[in-house]
Amino acid sequence: MALRIVDSCVNCWACVDVCPSEAISPGATHFRISAHKCTECDGDYAEQQCASICPIEGAILLADGSPANPAGSLTGIPPERLAEAMRAIQAR
Amino acid sequence: MELNVLGQDEAGHAAGGGCSAGSCGSSDDQLAHLPEHIREKVHNHPCYSEEAHHYFARMHVAVAPACNIQCHYCNRKYDCANESRPGVVSELLDPLQAVKKVKAVAATIPQMTVLGIAGPGDPLANPQRTFETFRMLSEQAPDIKLCVSTNGLALPDCVDELARHNIDHVTITINCVDPDIGAEIYPWIYWNNKRVRGRKAAKILIERQQKGLEMLVERGILVKVNSVLIPGVNDQHLKEVSRIVKAKGAFLHNVMPLIAEAEHGTFYGVMGQRSPEPEELQDLQDACAGDMNMMRHCRQCRADAVGLLGEDRGDEFTLDRIETMDIDYEAAMVKRAAIHAAIKEELDERAAKKARLATPAGPRLVGVADKHHRPVLMAVATSGGGLVNQHFGHAREFLVYEASPAGVRFIGHRKVEQYCVGNDSCGDKESALSGSILALRGCEAVLCSKIGFEPWGELEAAGIQPNGEHAMEPIEEAVLAVYQEMIAGGRLDASPERTAEQCLMA
Repeated sequence: MALRIVDSCVNCWACVDVCPSEAISPGATHFRISAHKCTECDGDYAEQQCASICPIEGAILLADGSPANPAGSLTGIPPERLAEAMRAIQAR
Repeated sequence: MELNVLGQDEAGHAAGGGCSAGSCGSSDDQLAHLPEHIREKVHNHPCYSEEAHHYFARMHVAVAPACNIQCHYCNRKYDCANESRPGVVSELLDPLQAVKKVKAVAATIPQMTVLGIAGPGDPLANPQRTFETFRMLSEQAPDIKLCVSTNGLALPDCVDELARHNIDHVTITINCVDPDIGAEIYPWIYWNNKRVRGRKAAKILIERQQKGLEMLVERGILVKVNSVLIPGVNDQHLKEVSRIVKAKGAFLHNVMPLIAEAEHGTFYGVMGQRSPEPEELQDLQDACAGDMNMMRHCRQCRADAVGLLGEDRGDEFTLDRIETMDIDYEAAMVKRAAIHAAIKEELDERAAKKARLATPAGPRLVGVADKHHRPVLMAVATSGGGLVNQHFGHAREFLVYEASPAGVRFIGHRKVEQYCVGNDSCGDKESALSGSILALRGCEAVLCSKIGFEPWGELEAAGIQPNGEHAMEPIEEAVLAVYQEMIAGGRLDASPERTAEQCLMA
């Protein structure tokens, strides 16, 4: 089992530095987790390290495909409020 | 004419005026009380000395992308070439690329004295990339001062390493000393391999910041404290922050206005938290000035900014471009040393002139002005060198000074859209000009080297007197001269009840 990084990753390197398994490396457009090397931090830490430092909601998926950090969980911005702000900006 | 720059001498303090304390002055004077060895360290640092920032340039290299905390005014997704604010960069560099860029800039812009690492994340959350860059630079470019800024979380672990790399300036961003307030600013931190949230996170961060500050001061490393002024969150609290960090030995406090726009996608931007008005910032800086030397010339630059404060020449030094440059750094160092010596000579001359003008034998402003003359704000267009030397239409920002019977003091800067770029493709001239006039509200005069007919009329109509008669003169002398002209012309008698503060409110 392994975690996965998707294309909303901003390439900030934070996860690379904290991964105990050296499973994360730069990719063509965003960082990637090697499914062979990722242990989900089992045996090393109580929390998955990449998911604990990643600042981008939705950028890291758990083994079951759900986001490790769902919308609103890191910024504190309610998703509907963000959507409303984006609509207002596009309408300008 | 006495050139009395506030904060410079006791007479300036005694004369009183618009500020409550002696240390509220501007320029080199804010540093005047510091021990000689500290002044020696900061005299050519544009971010620490208001006077130096007219002459010396700085650059940031973006080698530190990772961060260990989240602040409500930051969005790590954001990256735009047209935005100028902290945390934003166009191109991330590895340490080797960074060193090459620093040498290219130092050779091309010999006024560059300082290299800072300021992000775009937290430099100390990227210790390998940050310290590798510092190590190579201290070996290969020993004439460049190194400094770093941090949120403080990792600081206590890094102090010894900072001392080893001969870094004698550190900036810590401290927005609060109260965890309840901190919980409204920092949603989470990454600490001991866990994401910690809320008040608990803020408490840890605050403790680490304060411990880091104490450790740096113990080792004789200069500490500047940055605080972001967030109206309704920490505005009143920052006075206490200022008092505490000064007591612990920080030598300069820089209160910066919150930048919050919905399009930045930050918590504060999206949730409608407002930014402070220039007058709120000034009031708080004045209130803190009783306890602390305040910095008023910060431009909140990008984490990859290059050049004098207020300008950014980063586009000249992209990775593609520096690849093609052939830098002979040994030769560059010789040229740099000569230019630095020439600037120092000019600064010394200015200091000597100021001292002469301030002697009792010289003609004094007192006598022309009495204490009933209200203070006046004036805007100045300058492209550096401490002179009134920029065309009104070319200014991207104006420096604001206050003239009063007590003398002249620097207040801050106001950014504007450049409305004239010297060709026909000027775009929407009209709206940019009215934007400039709005940005200059509260000012009663604008000093520049030249100004066009059209803006002249519009400025006058807005109650701002354009003045091109002091072109190429030192700023403080020119501002004082205009103030004296206003007094002589009876302009300050006409409406004695209308104070500068009231103008600001209008």
